[in-house]
This record gives sequence, C-alpha cells and structure tokens, in this order.
Amino acid sequence: MKHLISTRDLTAATAVAILDTAIDMVEVRSRDVKKLPTLRGKTVANVFFEDSTRTRLSFEAAALALSADVTTFTTQGSSVSKGESLKDTLQTLEAMGADFIVLRHSHSGVASTVANNGWVDAHIINAGDGTHEHPTQALLDAFTMRSRLRGDKARGTDLSGISVVIVGDILHSRVARSNALLLRTLGATVTLAAPQTLLPREIAGWGATVVSTLDEAIDAQPDVVMTLRVQKERMTSGFFPSESEFAQLWGMNDARLQRLPSTSIVMHPGPMNRGLEISGSVADSPKSTVTEQVANGVAVRMSVLYTLMGDSR
Amino acid sequence: MTILIRGASLFGNESGDILIDGNIIREVGSITVTADHVIDADGLIALPGLVDLHSHLREPGGEGSETILSGSRAAAVGGFTTVHAMANTSPVADTAELVELVAERGRQAGYVNVRPIGAVTRNLAGEQLADIGGMALSAAAVTVFSDDGKCVGDSLLMRRALEYVATFGGVIAQHAQDPRLTIDAVINEGVVSSEMGLRGWPSVAEESIIARDVLLAEYVGARLHVCHVSTAGSVDVIRWAKKRGISVTAEVTPHHLLLTDDLALAYDPVYKVNPPLRTTDDVEELRRAVADGTIDIVATDHAPHASSTKDCTWNDASFGMVGLESALSVVQHTLVDTGHIAWSDVARILSVTPAEIGRVDGYALPLAAGSPANITLVDPSTRSSWTTGRLHGGSTNSPFVGIELPGQIMSTIYRGAETVIDGALVAPELVRNA
Repeated sequence: MKHLISTRDLTAATAVAILDTAIDMVEVRSRDVKKLPTLRGKTVANVFFEDSTRTRLSFEAAALALSADVTTFTTQGSSVSKGESLKDTLQTLEAMGADFIVLRHSHSGVASTVANNGWVDAHIINAGDGTHEHPTQALLDAFTMRSRLRGDKARGTDLSGISVVIVGDILHSRVARSNALLLRTLGATVTLAAPQTLLPREIAGWGATVVSTLDEAIDAQPDVVMTLRVQKERMTSGFFPSESEFAQLWGMNDARLQRLPSTSIVMHPGPMNRGLEISGSVADSPKSTVTEQVANGVAVRMSVLYTLMGDSR
Repeated sequence: MTILIRGASLFGNESGDILIDGNIIREVGSITVTADHVIDADGLIALPGLVDLHSHLREPGGEGSETILSGSRAAAVGGFTTVHAMANTSPVADTAELVELVAERGRQAGYVNVRPIGAVTRNLAGEQLADIGGMALSAAAVTVFSDDGKCVGDSLLMRRALEYVATFGGVIAQHAQDPRLTIDAVINEGVVSSEMGLRGWPSVAEESIIARDVLLAEYVGARLHVCHVSTAGSVDVIRWAKKRGISVTAEVTPHHLLLTDDLALAYDPVYKVNPPLRTTDDVEELRRAVADGTIDIVATDHAPHASSTKDCTWNDASFGMVGLESALSVVQHTLVDTGHIAWSDVARILSVTPAEIGRVDGYALPLAAGSPANITLVDPSTRSSWTTGRLHGGSTNSPFVGIELPGQIMSTIYRGAETVIDGALVAPELVRNA
C-alpha cells in the first residue's frame, strides 16, 4: 500500500495489521525514549488547505515520534492565496524533498486526484477531504473501540460482534463515511441514526441499517454510540429546524446514556458542540472516549506512516 | 466546379451517385456524366451535412479553449456543416452587434455555417430580457435564444421570454436546472455522489423545470426546446407534453447516451459535465426516447476547456466535454449499432430536425436535387479506440478517449466545397467558402 486515501482500499487483514502495529506504537510512547528511528532522514509534509489544529498536531507528533523531519504548510500566508494551483503547490513541496504528503483539503476527492494523476511521487495520506473521507480518524476510532471493548485481547481481532450506532450529520461527515466503510470491513454491525435531510441518498451499498431517531438505536443496546460534530450553519440552510430539536432527537444525553449497557462507550471525533450533539456530562463521563481517541490518534498515525514506509517504491 | 460522389449508400440504403454543381446538388441517382472531381464513395454512407443545435465556440472571450475557427474545424471533421454557437461568451451574446460578430467570424472561418444563439436575458443574469428583437432582426437573424449554462429559473421571466421570442418566430432553448435544488451541485445525486461525498445534482431539478416550462409553453402558445435532457423522468414529462400537443422539442447529448456517473469515481474531472452523467437506467431510457421520437435530436453541447481547468480538483474543475468530432461515432455506437434507429433516422436527428428547430435554410430536403450541397460521407465499418489525435478543436477534454468507437467521417462538403477530404481537414487557406 503506497497511499492511504480511503478506508475502502483497506482489506480486513491490512486494517487489523495497522491496528496491531498501533498497539506497539502505544508501547513506544510509554517508554522513556518515545521515539523510533524508522523515518530518520525522511520528510513528512503536512499540507493543510483547511484549518485543523488537532489533526495537524497529531500527524506532526506521529512523524516526530518516528524521527522524521516535518514541514508544515497551511494556506495562511501560502502561495495558494496568490492563485497557485494545487498541482504546483504539491510539486513544489515534493521538490523540497517531501517523502510523505499528509493532505487536508475542503474539496472531496483531492487526495484521490493527487494520488491518481501522477502529479507527485510521494506517499499521500488523506487527512480529510471535504465531505468524503478521513481514513486515519476511522482507524483511530476502530482502535479505540477494540482496546476499550476487548482490552488485552484486542491484538489480532477485527470488530466482529460489535454493534455501532453513528448518529447525526451523516451527509456532511467524512468521519461517518470512513467509519461506515471500515466498520463493515472489520465485521461490525452499523446503524445510522439521522433525519432524512442529513442522510446521503441511496446508501444501501453501505451495508448499514438506518433508523430515524437515536432512541430507536439505543433500544437495540449498541456497544458504541458515535456522535458527530454538527455544523451550526446546517440549521440555517434548512437541514433541521433548531438546535433544541436536534439535541432532543439526536443528541447524546444523560437519559440515553443510562439506557446503554454498562460496557458501552460514547465517542466523538471532536471538536464537540457540548449541549448539541453531545451533552457536557456525557462528554465527561467514564463512558466517553473523547480524550482517548485523541491519544490513540498519534499511535495510529505512527502506525500508518510506518506501514506506508514499508511499501517499496 | 462539379463534384461527383460515386456509389454512396444514400442514408444507409440503396447505392446512388450525387452530382454537385457549384453549391447545389444537381442530380441524385445513377449518373453517367463525369465531373471536375470524383469521390469514390464505395462502402460509404451519404448523409446530409450534420447540424448541431448546441455548441460552445467560446469566442469572444474564451479563445484559450476554443475559437470560432478551431471550433469550426472540430465541427467539419465531425461531419457538421452548421453549428449553433451558444451565447455564454464574454461578453455575452445579448446584442445585435455581438451575434453579427460571431456570424461574421464564422463566415471568415468558412468551414461551417455558424449560427449564433442569442441570450434570453441580459448578461445571462436572469433579470431582464436581452435585446431579443434586435438579435432576431439583425443580419445574423437569430432564431434560437438560450441562457445555456444557466437556467431561466424565474417563472415569470420565463413566461415573458417565451411570449416575446414567439413574437419573432424564435424558440427558447432552456437549460433545465432548478437553481435552488442544485446549489454547488457537481455530480448526479445518487449512489455515486453518496460514495464520493460530493454535492448531488438531483434528477428532479431537471424534471421539475421541464414540467413547468412545457405548461408555460402550452399556456402562452409558444415553442420550447429542452437542452441536454439527461434523466428518464424528463423523458416521461416530455412524452406526456407531446401527447398533449404541446410544441416542445428536446435534445440529448452523445455523452448522456453512453456514459454514466460511476466513471467519475476516481474524481477525474474529464467526466464533470452539466447536467451530470446519470445512471445506466437513464442512459437506456434516453436511447429508447430517441428511437420513439420523444427526443427529437442529438446535440453535442461541445464544451471545450483549457487543460488548466480540468487538471485540478473535481470541485475546481469546469463543467463540460468536447463532442463535435465524436458525435456521429457515438450516435452510431449507441443508437445505430444497437438497433434503436436506422441511418435514415440519423439524418433526421442530426440534420433535418435540428435545422428545422433552428429554422436553418437548406436542410429540409436532404440529398435531393436542388438542395444546397451539404453532404457528409461516413465509413461505418471502421472501429478504433478514440484518441486525442482525432480532436481538431482548441481543447482535448474528451471523455471518449480510450473508448472503442465505430465510424469515421471521410468527407464533409459544405455548400459544395470540401472541408474534409479522405478523413483529413482541408487547410484554412484552402477552404473555398472562407
């Protein structure tokens, strides 16, 4: 595997191997010397055409932990504002020696376009493209589910037997899309809970069950409830009538938390709108994995860089 | 100058000779006299010169992607002798001066009859009517009006436009796309848009506008032409309208007769077009609709774009595909070779009827003695993978590259002058009508 563009490209075996390597990376990060020499002399370019401090920092930490040199490019102050094309920007970065390009862009399909068109020779890692995919987020979510629900027995396992509810703005969420695909590959059962306005059309091929409200999904006693960030501007463009109605029907709150099995977990990719898709007390409860997801993100991204490095070019 | 076409299959049927004298067809049948120039057309099908009701020649303002000359050459090599040039140039063709300029440059190029289409609304802004009467009564004698690229979305303005254009005997060619239902839409809404995470362009946005427009056309008693029909549901609406006696005609593009939205899965912008590529069900229904006459014509929507606007992200890329050079091959492939229509129908959908809709003189009696000598000779027996080498316009954004297609235009004759000889374009300085 040279690039990581979509979770669609991952077989169950590859995904499990990445998650297992991430366990080793967690171990590395608990040592006194928290670094591996794997990427010494290699350059990882973080190219962010869309603002995302947490994802960028997570990739930076992962690259540094593997001893890579890191360059960071964000649109602010870049030549993109002067009209330079995406193609020219990426070719410039590669000419400066980038071996990996971690790419975030507000347009869907950008990572795919860059990888397919032969513009650059570097490994491309999709760090979120528009409303399409965010594969490392899905991997870190799968890692979090596996370690929370399986503990020491996580290594080598897929997610068979685990039931996951993804609730909220599925339509605009690259996190939901990447997760739905990867969870299916890993054998989990997936339920989507959202109003029809926030569901993509014709998603029978996703292999997920669709229900209307979060209560319906909770009745089925899922192992995982994955909440998603809701952009407040969706409300003004008519996807739902009000914040209070959204919170009432699709928000994760204490009452719903009580109804979950004791072993279940609640996830959120961050940044959270407390009180909208997730209540503050749920976010801070022991069932919440929000900060764990962030911590696991670094290990999983180390594992992805490590895995792609193994691809002979 | 006389030209004798010997032994062509007329409309794909019986073999016959065609004698051209000056710019007129003198005689058709078994001809014994000789001529200044003889074309051996054994194995070739003779069709009337093709007429495109919908191309973007980009001049003035977009010369980086196409000029009237380069677009005329693309047309000639595709077997066309008349093309209609859409109004969305820069400046927009919304005045008599502009349409006269386009017609004049077409005459200077000399490869085909370039018929300017006038804008419906000033600067395509959808706010007030363009100089419709001025364009209709100008030397360019505009008969087709369109805001193509944009829909005349406002219902009241569309009513007025239909009424006003009818005053001059013209027709509105509507780009049917509800603007509100397609904000930022870049691909057909369905399985593929859901997978790709791209903003969908729902079929209902086309169908609802067509439904509104046929009712308006009926109410005010005007003619309506629907551009680039792309969905099975639109076919149903048009079928209903025709049954009701509404004066509506419709076109389909070659690409909507062959290509589907799943081709876009790798985000290659060569497949980005408006209206978007739809599904296999739509493609099949569009083919049936041409066969049963619900869709009257094939029109190319030839839309050249410089490589910089296609070598970029899907969202940033321009909408459109070139299509003049490949149109007849795609029609043969999707409609003739599949048994939907005969070659005589090709003459109807690519020449006689588009000329009738655009009120273009000289195409009513195809391949008949006394008609202007607009003739296309096609070799239907060849098959090859489509290449950019077969493109002769200013841009190469063809979605057919790499697809095996039948047919090759061997000869195009425009008003008695050869613009394509043995499959090759005649040089600009040698085009006799220039």
